[in-house]
Amino acid sequence: MSEFDSAPRAATIAVLVENEPGILARVVGLFSGRGYNIDSLTVAPVDETGRISRITIVTSGTEMVIEQIKAQLDRLVPVHKVSDLTLEGPHLTRELALIKVVGTGDDRVEALRLADAFRARVVDATTTSFVFEMTGAGDKIDAFCALMRPIGLAEVSRTGAVAIARGPRGLI
Amino acid sequence: MSAATKPASTEAALTMSGAEVVLRALKDNGVEVIFGYPGGAVLPIYDAIFNQNAIRHILVRHEQAAVHAAEGYARSTGKVGCVLVTSGPGATNAVTGLVDALLDSIPIVCLTGQVPTHLIGNDAFQEADTTGITRPATKHNYLVKKSADLARVVHEAFYVAKSGRPGPVVIDLPKDILINKAPYTEAPKTEHRSYRPQTEPDAEQIRKAIALLKHAKKPIVYAGGGVINAGPEASRLLADFVHMTGFPCTNTLMGLGAFPADDKQFVGMLGMHGTYEANLAMHDCDVMLNIGARFDDRVTGRLNAFSPNSKKIHADIDPSSINKNVPVEVPIVGDAGRVLAALIAAWKEDGAAQDKAALTTWWRRIDEWRGIDCLRYRQEGKIIKPQHAVKRLYEITRELGRETFISTEVGQHQMWAAQYFGFQKPNRWMTSGGLGTMGYGLPAAMGVQIAHPDALCIDIAGEASILMNIQEMGTLAQYRLPVKVFILNNEYMGMVRQWQELLHGGRYSESYSAALPDFVKLAESFHAKGIRVTDPADLDAGIREMIAHPGPVIADIAVAKDENCFPMIPSGAAHNEMILGPDQEGGVAGVTDEGKVLV
Ligand SMILES: Cc1ncc(C[n+]2csc(CCOP(=O)(O)OP(=O)(O)O)c2C)c(N)n1
Ligand SMILES: [Mg+2]
Repeated sequence: MSEFDSAPRAATIAVLVENEPGILARVVGLFSGRGYNIDSLTVAPVDETGRISRITIVTSGTEMVIEQIKAQLDRLVPVHKVSDLTLEGPHLTRELALIKVVGTGDDRVEALRLADAFRARVVDATTTSFVFEMTGAGDKIDAFCALMRPIGLAEVSRTGAVAIARGPRGLI
Repeated sequence: MSAATKPASTEAALTMSGAEVVLRALKDNGVEVIFGYPGGAVLPIYDAIFNQNAIRHILVRHEQAAVHAAEGYARSTGKVGCVLVTSGPGATNAVTGLVDALLDSIPIVCLTGQVPTHLIGNDAFQEADTTGITRPATKHNYLVKKSADLARVVHEAFYVAKSGRPGPVVIDLPKDILINKAPYTEAPKTEHRSYRPQTEPDAEQIRKAIALLKHAKKPIVYAGGGVINAGPEASRLLADFVHMTGFPCTNTLMGLGAFPADDKQFVGMLGMHGTYEANLAMHDCDVMLNIGARFDDRVTGRLNAFSPNSKKIHADIDPSSINKNVPVEVPIVGDAGRVLAALIAAWKEDGAAQDKAALTTWWRRIDEWRGIDCLRYRQEGKIIKPQHAVKRLYEITRELGRETFISTEVGQHQMWAAQYFGFQKPNRWMTSGGLGTMGYGLPAAMGVQIAHPDALCIDIAGEASILMNIQEMGTLAQYRLPVKVFILNNEYMGMVRQWQELLHGGRYSESYSAALPDFVKLAESFHAKGIRVTDPADLDAGIREMIAHPGPVIADIAVAKDENCFPMIPSGAAHNEMILGPDQEGGVAGVTDEGKVLV
């Protein structure tokens, strides 16, 4: 059946879970134990009481594997809801990155010029370095880092993707 | 907090220790028996056990056996099995049993002791990261770090263990939580916050299933352990449905007893050592109704050749089982009993006529396959055939008419038991299907005997497997449990030897059971009766003597050493490539390396 041999696709999956000890280990263990990919994973409490956390997982696999991933996540006892944002319609994905660039002279000028073009903000500066903060889709951050590499890219810290559906539809 | 601001009600509630709260919660969840083994971290619970009579504690000889005993208890009663072990080695010894229960979907609540909360993470004496170790070994697990959570967690553990697809749940209990006072709360009446498995099937899916089934020309019903887990009523409904449709029915290893073995519509067990007719009917059918089975690799054989021309309906309580290995046209999420009830109602309601002529032709095909008589064997000469030993055991127990429960170890004897012992009712057959755990059968039979003191409980064993939990003979003696251990002694790890013969050029590497004990003396040293039978002429008398003896017995039956278990679908082969018997062993020569990598 075609669906089962389909080419791998990326999926951004949002999971609402009870914020309890071990929940992250359960989710990560599920992926490693069953041999699924994790491209990125983010987690933080999202309700006012702090009891519910939202995990955003970016993964990839054939349609069959992604259906399995969702079913396996959904059967974990502390999981409230699993949503395949990629499948369910238009959604926004954002990532935050802190990017350290080290250099002097013309390189500094070039770094600032590029940062401006990418709407990256300077959040720390010394006479030999900048730390830029930028949010955006992952590929935008990739592109910025690629441009900074010859100039003096020294260190990158990224959050991994968070995502939400467009429009009034909500998960909670 | 000053005394004045303390709510009086809390004061009043805090009269029980954590250990007493645990026992009270067990009792309120219907626990009558707990299988356990003591140690430092759980001494407070043992103290509480000492002071009450509601819950009976059965002292096993190894923690793995405690879990298997609880599995036997659970599987033969439909209740949750309960286990109590200490921290560290107690918990790690229980892990095999937990995984066994996980793979076979058996409801278990296992209490593990833990070092006190302030020492967790310190490499304290007998500390193990039990929740870490058992996370992939359980359906769910808990570490109780606050006394206030204790009662709620125990109630929740029972709910999780038995609802949806059942499974084992571990509650890790630090010693200070057991000693400190804790509040008792009743089981909540409200729904669980996040875990609410769907039991009622979707009506539209039922309608689609019936539409397929009504027009089937070559249908088959393939029923598994999910039907057993759904309770005896589900098995009754299965029989009703199969009878009203006239369809053939096959059971998985875990599903034996869900449909009566004697029924003429039963085509036997399917899978690697299933019958010719069951496997060929699966291969050739045009509509397959899977209820409570999971397209396990022992059942499907080579996936891309599995039942290539059928439309498949799959009813399972666990959505993750559906479309996992085999794509299906009609997925139905729900409890097997509820699904069968809905199918029966919809079948009656649907006005469409069945293609009776096609069904007759289909049965004619199946009867031709049956005519091959794939389970035939010849008992001749002075050596007992293992198949014959099981067959006589079955016939004699049947003739005696006693309520009989069978457990097995793992290996050829397990498959012969599945093939030659007929199960007419659910909950009478305990075997380690998913994990294939040698050492399962004796403790499982022990758990069954505890639940059914007057029944005949027999562990059909291999001489290698039985040694894996032989220490439980001590438990049988202590509690006067008249379990019968029926060893098909072929002096080989027979199933290993069989694979070596068929797939590894007859190089019998490390599969001979050397230096075996004298099982008669071994039985006697454990205060049991020992019987040894070597001559086919003495077999019946040996079986009758074993059954007649009021206490535990080991019957050591010397059987043919080189017998192989057939029919067999070699690993990596398709259903229609099965080998029927020794004359056809050349059929295995074609097994590719791709097939050999499979277990
Ligand atoms: C704990 C465990 N270890 C190893 C195996 C692999 N294994 C499967 S069957 C078998 C041989 C069993 O021998 P025996 O109990 O004598 O049964 P027979 O096949 O001879 O009937 C072995 C070693 C297993 N299933 N479980
Ligand atoms: Mg053997």
